[in-house]
Amino acid sequence: MAHMYHLPPTVTILLIGAATTLAVSIIGNALGLIIAIAICVMRLSLNRAMRLAGAAYVSFFRGVPLLVQLLIIYYFLPTIGFDLPPFFAAVIGLGLCTAAYQAENLRGGFLIIPSGQAEAARAFGYTRGQTLRRILIPQALRAAAPALINEMILILKASSLVSVVGVADLTREAQNIVARDLQPIKWYLFAALIYLVINLILARLGVSVEKRLNVGYGATAI
Amino acid sequence: MSFDYGLLIKYAPQLLEGFKLTLLTWLGGSAIAVVLGFALACVLAGGNGALRAPIRCYVEFFRGTPLLVQLFVAYYGGPNIGITLDAVTVGVFGLGFYGAAYFAEIFRAGFASIPRGQIDAARSFGIPRWGRVYYIILPQMLVLVVPPGITLLVILLKDTAILSIITVPELTFEVTGMTIETFAFVEPFAVLAVFYWLVTELVSYLGRRAELRLGAYLR
Repeated sequence: MAHMYHLPPTVTILLIGAATTLAVSIIGNALGLIIAIAICVMRLSLNRAMRLAGAAYVSFFRGVPLLVQLLIIYYFLPTIGFDLPPFFAAVIGLGLCTAAYQAENLRGGFLIIPSGQAEAARAFGYTRGQTLRRILIPQALRAAAPALINEMILILKASSLVSVVGVADLTREAQNIVARDLQPIKWYLFAALIYLVINLILARLGVSVEKRLNVGYGATAI
Repeated sequence: MSFDYGLLIKYAPQLLEGFKLTLLTWLGGSAIAVVLGFALACVLAGGNGALRAPIRCYVEFFRGTPLLVQLFVAYYGGPNIGITLDAVTVGVFGLGFYGAAYFAEIFRAGFASIPRGQIDAARSFGIPRWGRVYYIILPQMLVLVVPPGITLLVILLKDTAILSIITVPELTFEVTGMTIETFAFVEPFAVLAVFYWLVTELVSYLGRRAELRLGAYLR
């Protein structure tokens, strides 16, 4: 890290914390998307029990504060024999929580696809899995993309809570520095600025992704 | 591991106090958020160019940074610049200022949804400014504003749990203290999760009822 040589060590520590924040958020988000697809398929299933289970999942994980979910995973799981390192507990906590929101976004994406498309795919001999994978999921993802990127920004901010369960993220590193040099305004505002910059970049990215996904859609000169 | 109800009864007073404080911080924070957010949106809609930039900065900062970090700046940083407040005050105002940034955006979209011609027509009828807002803009705007507003209120309710980190003795704080004292994890956390779940579902339900009422004139 030669280029970091001229930075004060505190700033370097904060930047490493920011990298941890990014890692927790990105892995948590990816895990969340995988769970979300499963939950969403459950919610749109023809089986009533599956639909109810999916709805209960969404209701619970959207109804309980993320902090409480993290505390449960961090304190409660070891008592029943799952001793997870803080980083993994944090990733699982964020993933389970964001999955509920992402599943709802995806469901919105699925619901705008005309039902004729699935029927046409059936008529062409696509299996249910193929229809999902090749016809429905790509379109649902496109429709849900703006909401999913917005959720990513929310999760990046919410990831500050993992500092409570012992992950050395940006917030935790700022706390550690403040504990030593007693300049809370300076370091917490600096940490806030880093969050802000990452979020503004994510928002920009969201706009350009949306533009790319919308190629071939919307108003054209007739 | 069996469920120990005795533990809950023993800690009932603390839990009840925590519950009260959760509701109070939520209501206080929400009130500040709605009023301040509406004021900010009014200023933005009023078309005063000089105030636009600072309000945009306010909204971007409070929406772009974690509530936890904002609370740390105010609670631990405040005394350095001569503002020493107790945790509950910081919590209520922190929640309020944070929510206000989101409410400002919600109300701004509401104002933007009113066709320009209606305002011009109202003006030509001689309806004063407050009348234009109260009789023309608000009733139409509410239909659009209430659904995301309810969602935001539920988010703020859940975010009161974050106040426990700056030692506001609300429900999450009391329950965490209870687990530390008793080493019992199942009962307290089960109660905590179910409590938040029930209350957020209740608020969402009331919100849906309000939506139906406010949108009645559309059907």
